[in-house]
Amino acid sequence: MDEIDRTIVNTLQGGFPVCERPFAAAAAVIGIAEQDLIDRVERLVEARTLSRFGPLFNTERLGGAVCLCALQVPADDFDRVADEVNAFPEVAHNYARDHAFNMWFVLATEDPDGIAETATRIERATGYTVYDFPKIDEFYVGLKLDA
Amino acid sequence: MAQDVEDRLIAAIQDGLPIVPRPYSVIARQVGLGETEVIERIQRLIEDGTISRFGVVVRHRPLGFCANAMVVWDVPDDAVDAVGKQFASNPEVTLCYRRPRRPPAWPYNLFCMVHGKDRARVLDNVDQLARSCDAQASYAVLFSTRAFKQRGAHYVSMHGKIDDAVATADG
Repeated sequence: MDEIDRTIVNTLQGGFPVCERPFAAAAAVIGIAEQDLIDRVERLVEARTLSRFGPLFNTERLGGAVCLCALQVPADDFDRVADEVNAFPEVAHNYARDHAFNMWFVLATEDPDGIAETATRIERATGYTVYDFPKIDEFYVGLKLDA
Repeated sequence: MAQDVEDRLIAAIQDGLPIVPRPYSVIARQVGLGETEVIERIQRLIEDGTISRFGVVVRHRPLGFCANAMVVWDVPDDAVDAVGKQFASNPEVTLCYRRPRRPPAWPYNLFCMVHGKDRARVLDNVDQLARSCDAQASYAVLFSTRAFKQRGAHYVSMHGKIDDAVATADG
């Protein structure tokens, strides 16, 4: 990643133009040629520096639901439970964390009822209580990751 | 019919835009609309908040943000709004949510994600947050030790049905 790549990432984090020639419009702001921007974005996506190029949807606005959940799993049962949990298509992210609540995952379902239903099925599959932590309030942080 | 077009448009763009000079014309051909209509519809989805961000999403690790801690706080209910806003304004805090306590096992009601170049830097940042906080707040720092599953966002299949939905920002 060079200086121009960093400028591209920082600029496009704030938004990608929605017009006929969006790369030309963004390239003009950055001060490079349209084709140069296209080539560089392609490389950044291929190198997986960028995990997404395009929209990030608001799940609730699409009628879906998401919920952070956690399990407390004994160390000697952890791998079995991780496999069980990861097999659910409703499980989006799953992280091991260093705490008694040691498995943290996000459920994403088509509708709000799906969260509780899926949590119940995970409890049956794993034998452990699923603690759900739905979002009550979000405090806006803005975009802060300077490349 | 209108919903059907909307679903097809969302399905066509949810995995990302084509990286070509006129990406919206490629999408237009896929969903059977004109380029101008695709542009207008995407602008509307951004304006009404269905698309919360439209641009690039950066993975933290390639940029050197290697440590990732979920920091959870037990803040008195009457102070959580002010403390949440204060923490969210800190440059090192990348997410900040109020969530329910689950007593007695889980007393914490404010969840922040704190990223940093390494664990020591993250812990320094957490220490500063704790000292800057006016309210009485106990906390715990949960570093991630393994990431098992990081799925991309998928909202709507080409059949127009929402099959699964993930917003990384909701994690």
